[in-house]
Amino acid sequence: MIAIQNINKRFKKLQALDNINAEFNKGQVISLIGPNGSGKTTLIKSILGLVRPDNGLITFNSVPVTEDVAYRSNIGYMPQIGRYPDNMKIGQLFSMIKNLRNTAKVLDEELYFKFKLDTLLDKSMRALSGGTRQKVSAALAFLFDPEVLILDEPTAGLDPLSSEILKEKILVEKEKNKLILITSHVLTDLEEITTDVMYLQDGKEIFFKSMAELQEQTGEEKLSKIIAHMMKNGLHKKEVSYLKIAT
Amino acid sequence: MLKISKYVLYDIIKNRVMIGYTAFLFIVSISMFQMEENSSKAMLSLLNIVLIVVPLISMIFSTIHWYNSYEFIELMLTQPISRKKVILSEYTGISSSLVTAFLIGVGIPVCIYNFNDTGVSLLLIGSLLTLIFTSLAFLASVKSKDKARGIGAALLLWFYFALIYDGLVLLILFAFSDYPLEKITLVLSSLNPVDLGRIFIMLNMDISALMGYTGAMYKDFLGSSSGMIYTLGILIIWMLVPLTIAIRSFNKKDL
Amino acid sequence: MKRILIILLLLSFYASQARTIIVGKNHIVTSLRKAVALAASKDTILLEKGLYKEGNIIINKPLYLIGEGEPILDGDNRYEILTVSTNGAIIKGIKFQNAGYSSTLDFAAIGVIDAQNIIIENNSFSNTFFAIHFANSSEALIAGNTIVGTFKSEQTSGNGIHLWKCNNIVVENNNIQGHRDGIYFEFVTNSIIQQNNSHNNIRYGLHFMFSNNDAYLENTFNNNGAGVAVMYSHHVLMQKNVFENNWGGSAYGLLLKEISDGTIVQNQFVQNTAGIVMESTNRIDVQLNSYRGNGYALRIQASCNENTVHHNNFQGNTFDVATNGTLMLNEFYNNYWDKYEGYDMNKDIIGDVPYHPVSMYSMVIEQNPNAVILLRSFMVSLLDKAEKAIPSLTPENMTDNKPLMKPLAL
Repeated sequence: MIAIQNINKRFKKLQALDNINAEFNKGQVISLIGPNGSGKTTLIKSILGLVRPDNGLITFNSVPVTEDVAYRSNIGYMPQIGRYPDNMKIGQLFSMIKNLRNTAKVLDEELYFKFKLDTLLDKSMRALSGGTRQKVSAALAFLFDPEVLILDEPTAGLDPLSSEILKEKILVEKEKNKLILITSHVLTDLEEITTDVMYLQDGKEIFFKSMAELQEQTGEEKLSKIIAHMMKNGLHKKEVSYLKIAT
Repeated sequence: MLKISKYVLYDIIKNRVMIGYTAFLFIVSISMFQMEENSSKAMLSLLNIVLIVVPLISMIFSTIHWYNSYEFIELMLTQPISRKKVILSEYTGISSSLVTAFLIGVGIPVCIYNFNDTGVSLLLIGSLLTLIFTSLAFLASVKSKDKARGIGAALLLWFYFALIYDGLVLLILFAFSDYPLEKITLVLSSLNPVDLGRIFIMLNMDISALMGYTGAMYKDFLGSSSGMIYTLGILIIWMLVPLTIAIRSFNKKDL
Repeated sequence: MKRILIILLLLSFYASQARTIIVGKNHIVTSLRKAVALAASKDTILLEKGLYKEGNIIINKPLYLIGEGEPILDGDNRYEILTVSTNGAIIKGIKFQNAGYSSTLDFAAIGVIDAQNIIIENNSFSNTFFAIHFANSSEALIAGNTIVGTFKSEQTSGNGIHLWKCNNIVVENNNIQGHRDGIYFEFVTNSIIQQNNSHNNIRYGLHFMFSNNDAYLENTFNNNGAGVAVMYSHHVLMQKNVFENNWGGSAYGLLLKEISDGTIVQNQFVQNTAGIVMESTNRIDVQLNSYRGNGYALRIQASCNENTVHHNNFQGNTFDVATNGTLMLNEFYNNYWDKYEGYDMNKDIIGDVPYHPVSMYSMVIEQNPNAVILLRSFMVSLLDKAEKAIPSLTPENMTDNKPLMKPLAL
């Protein structure tokens, strides 16, 4: 569905993305993992067209993303830090986005109601806590029932209860055979849902494998253990040689 | 696009600066007409408002608004909306509200007290300068990294067009006073929208002086109907070019 | 005026004793030429309505030529129509058209040579090279004539009312347009020009040279190519005239060149490129005039001395006073300047700070004409403000030390 070919991005001195290649398909739940500044968010933003890669190509359903913005109607994006017009109220924000999208699709307002946003319609965006902001972001991302969900640190700042609601929702969407892209530092969050793992470091793609493959390779069950194993034991020979070529 | 502009407008109306700007222009214009016995003197003072204050406010307001609505712009760009559409909607929203503020604040008093060629040309130039300097402000904002630099760049541009440029022209006129400079002067004034606007209004105001001992050539060219079309054409180019560059640069920008 | 009345009285006295010859299609005499030949001194010729093309007719005896129902005398574009060389002729109510053009002779509709006691009244003139041409004559009244020239170039058109070497002439109530100069005075003394309207002439509305002790009053001069020029004369009174809309590269309301001991009072200068231009002008008293919306209200060349400018209103002019030198030997006081920004603490309606009527930028333009393009820019107003604080370019002694706070009722 989304194909990434030879993407490079440099911010002044920092190589944010270094020759990334990947293909994401329906039914996959891909966990983007890596330390801070490893390029996760840059990769997501590149897919969304918010960051323009220096070279390479990103296609959505084989159409380059730079060609037509219409593909974004198939993507629900939940940013790491949701930033919204300060002087808008929650109700206005939702009605504006609905108005702009003007879609005939049946809206998925499950999160909207579960997070009780309907009781906060008159709250100004300026006055919102980080957690409520996240709820707004999440509700917006799922609202149009998109084929692709891109969730950047979805559970950060959410209280445990809401976090649980969100995770359940992600699982439901996974069942609908959607493509879901998640970054998170909290590996346990990703545990039950991940099908594939992409590990980034210093803008380089260290590995991109299915859970099954990783479990087999490391002999570990849990994602956190798998990652720890991979870090501790160094990378598999194959990856090492790959790294050499890459650098 | 109009849909987005609507939200931009809504946002601008809410933050009250625009209402303050309208009220400021209105009070200043009315009091000028009230204080001066003859309206032509009031028009002279208004000319300064149009040439100095209107560009300044247009630039500062547009720049600040741009940075303040960065979140909004980001949000729009996660939606299936192209960047060009977003920036053009912002431009339409800001410039139309600035022009409206100008036309209410200055336009109504002018229509009441001095509705003639001079008045109409003053309103026309004021509106065009608003559009031009909003466009320049967009360029400065898109090109600058942060708010402080953006506002700094906008102020510098304003300072350049309002003051420094004329100083340079005067220097050139004196440095090369032995040469025939009429055509060059004409070109030089086309390179500054404030100058061009000023001359346009002046030709409707001080015709006698301009036509006088020296300015006959300017009057003959710029005062003719083809000259007016030339002036307005150049001013429109002044609006379009920075905006186009801003759109291009915004298209390549990382958010 | 008194003199004219006496003339009129005398003429009417003579007329009662004289015959009247009627000229017209249905009368015995059908041609003016014949009538003039038949007439004796002091006879009246009554010209009835009709078109008369009779070439040049010379009036060499005192006749009263009166038109009835506007008869037309046509010069066929070849002849001077009437040549008057006698004393005591009257020409009234006739329409003159198509006087001849000559590059060497000053052909006119009415040419008056070496004559006295002439009245030319209520005639109309169209397409005449010169309309009324007086040479070496005196004691005449030229009144109520309507003169419309055909717009040609400066070289090929003559003057509306042309007076050369005359004295005691009254030019009154005429409407003149489309000539080279509306009214032309050369070596004319003790004469009055009043209540005329001279407009849309190619060169000057009034051209006035070597003519002393004259007055022109209550005339209107507008839209003339170069305005009004008064040159090489002394003791001229200019009162209650209106000079307006004289625009152009070298146009002015009033040009004074080598004029001395004159008075300019109660005139209106409106929307001229320059209201008054003074060159080598001495001892002129300029007072109670109103200057509105001119490019320059006054341009005083450094060659002018001892002129006084007082009790005038300066309103809405781009520049109030301009000069080309730094030395000023003329006096300004008690004028109202709308650009004056001083205060009046003691409430005597006289500003407490002197006003500098010469703006710095007018001096800049004087040196560098192209700089006019920067007029009214922010930078220029800053320069002017700076100059007011520390004068360096403008003549220091060029001030009105007692400017009025309020405009005079003029």
